[in-house]
Amino acid sequence: MTLAERLHCVTCASVSSDRGPGWTVNSPTGRLTDWGELWRAREVMGFFALRDLRVRYKQAVLGAAWVVVQPLVTVAVFTLVFDRLADVDTRGVPYVPFALAGLLGWTYVSQCVSRGSEALVANSSLVTKVYIPRLTAPVASLLPPFVDLLVGLGLLAIVCAIFGAVPSVALLLLPVWVLLLALTALGPTCFLAAVNVRFRDARQLVPTALQALLFASPVAYSAASVHGVARYAYALNPMVGVLEFGRFVLIGGPWPGTVLAVSTAVAVLMLAAGVRYFLRASRAFADVI
Amino acid sequence: MDRVQVDRVSKRYVLGEQRNLRETIGTAIRRQRDERQDFWSLRDVSFTVGDGEAVGIVGRNGAGKSTLLKILMRITTPTSGETRTRGRVAALLEVGTGFHPELTGRENVYLNAAVLGMSRADTARRFDEIVDFAGIERFLETPVKRYSSGMYLRLAFAVAAHLEPDVLVVDEVLAVGDAEFQRKCMSRMATAEAEGRTVLFVSHDLVALSRLCSRAIWLEAGRVHEEGQTTSVVRNYLTSGFATEQGTVLGSGAAAGRLMDVRVVAADGSDRPLVRDEPFRVLVRFEVKEERMGLDLGIVITNRDGVRVIDEALSDRHQHRFPVGRHEVTADVPAVLAPGEYTVGVWLGTAHEDVHFEPTAGSFTLHGYDPAQRNRAVVLDLDFQVNPWA
Repeated sequence: MTLAERLHCVTCASVSSDRGPGWTVNSPTGRLTDWGELWRAREVMGFFALRDLRVRYKQAVLGAAWVVVQPLVTVAVFTLVFDRLADVDTRGVPYVPFALAGLLGWTYVSQCVSRGSEALVANSSLVTKVYIPRLTAPVASLLPPFVDLLVGLGLLAIVCAIFGAVPSVALLLLPVWVLLLALTALGPTCFLAAVNVRFRDARQLVPTALQALLFASPVAYSAASVHGVARYAYALNPMVGVLEFGRFVLIGGPWPGTVLAVSTAVAVLMLAAGVRYFLRASRAFADVI
Repeated sequence: MDRVQVDRVSKRYVLGEQRNLRETIGTAIRRQRDERQDFWSLRDVSFTVGDGEAVGIVGRNGAGKSTLLKILMRITTPTSGETRTRGRVAALLEVGTGFHPELTGRENVYLNAAVLGMSRADTARRFDEIVDFAGIERFLETPVKRYSSGMYLRLAFAVAAHLEPDVLVVDEVLAVGDAEFQRKCMSRMATAEAEGRTVLFVSHDLVALSRLCSRAIWLEAGRVHEEGQTTSVVRNYLTSGFATEQGTVLGSGAAAGRLMDVRVVAADGSDRPLVRDEPFRVLVRFEVKEERMGLDLGIVITNRDGVRVIDEALSDRHQHRFPVGRHEVTADVPAVLAPGEYTVGVWLGTAHEDVHFEPTAGSFTLHGYDPAQRNRAVVLDLDFQVNPWA
């Protein structure tokens, strides 16, 4: 930016200060997002979510049954590898509900991230042809995996009944857990969706990173198997706290305490950074997508 | 009171390949930009549009018209300066954005309306009207991927036409569809204007623009070249020579000969823009390689509605022999055609053989203002006689 342009911007700002209410401003320095506008766009987000759900299992013979089949197969594999071969310590909880409880939280977050990071690129006409608050895309991608999560919770109830695992009164915290999952997913989703607009490298990175993270998170095993100071370093992975919290809520696992606090703090930081990056990058979305 | 304020808006694009991660990092480290790559699509553009006003924007391709609309619609941000709008801004011709082929007609109406800024309650209220307008009642529960392209377009347009924006933006460059569809767009726009909405209209169709807009802005190379009454801006734009036509590439003919050049020029043979109240000349150059008995040349002029307004052949009036060699034929068309867009077709052949036929050898626009605003093919300025009759 040349000096003249800088001065120009300064004068623009002074001119625009006297604009009254009701004006929508588009300027290079203006406010990045209008939260009221995002709230008014909630119907659009609902329709996006509905569309993704409707489209996902169209022309699939098993249809929505896939929502049940996928976790069952994964849990079967986990049971074989981690329970039979590695003999993971689950603190007395039967392994199948233990693994399923971990898997549900993991699946929710990983689906949000993998679908959400494509949300802008896959709907590029919504970026280049009309204006809707850009944040609607990553936020809306939090909703369809939620339906899978609900189905998975039903499945977990059946599994618990079969294996004799009894949830505690902590089950009342279920909404808090779901909220924490969404919060953990949104930061990375926003960041990756924005990066993907400019650098399609993100598309390659996401599945690889998620695969690595699956084994670095307490999905098939318990965080309790990491001891001492290493535990806090481990909890820097935001998935650790929320997954352990999930076991506490769903199948009466141990209270994760400090691990949860560390992970949640990291998740909140990632959310702030992710949204901030997304909004800053959003000015140029239509020009580079 | 103003509805739209454009305040010293500039927009810079960086030309060339989209930069990859490595180059971006490299540039960040060197902390300098290669300014030769810069392209200013808009430079210091300012104007305002009052409530209920209809303003036309003219200019050549690449003059910055579409960029301006994109900034007004907040699709992209200006590099400097700012735009201010009051109320909802919507584009009429971005039809079908957000349509999903797997969803039914009903679902797509709601989805598309939401994307265009209409609430679910508003959509529900106007749903029957929209469906009625599109004429697809029977297919409401059918996925739109099974629709014909006409049905798809009608439904998409119906949604867009039932938005009630405070500022309606129309970019003709984005317009799709046949003459019927385009006419629907135009009439919708006229309705919006009559309802007192603010309309911003970008078009190469200067006739339509003159009809709808009282004020016009002429953009040239990203700057406001002229602003004022539509009639004077359009006249100056036309005489500037920026609005001239381009010919099309002709295919190859048969062994006996081929068309080489088809041009539509002013009656004096010059390249100036064609206006409806002056005659114009169709000029055809062709080559004869083998002489044919009764070789004839025909000219067909078709208007935007697909009506053949002129279809005449040389042999209608003359018998002429074309020996081997190159020939030029001109035909002067009197000033009878209504303003609008036309295509020219040329046929070269005999009663038994088509030597070379180009159904659309070229296109041209007759500029001008049709004060009667009728949908008519010819303007004859009939000399009405009024006599007493008892």
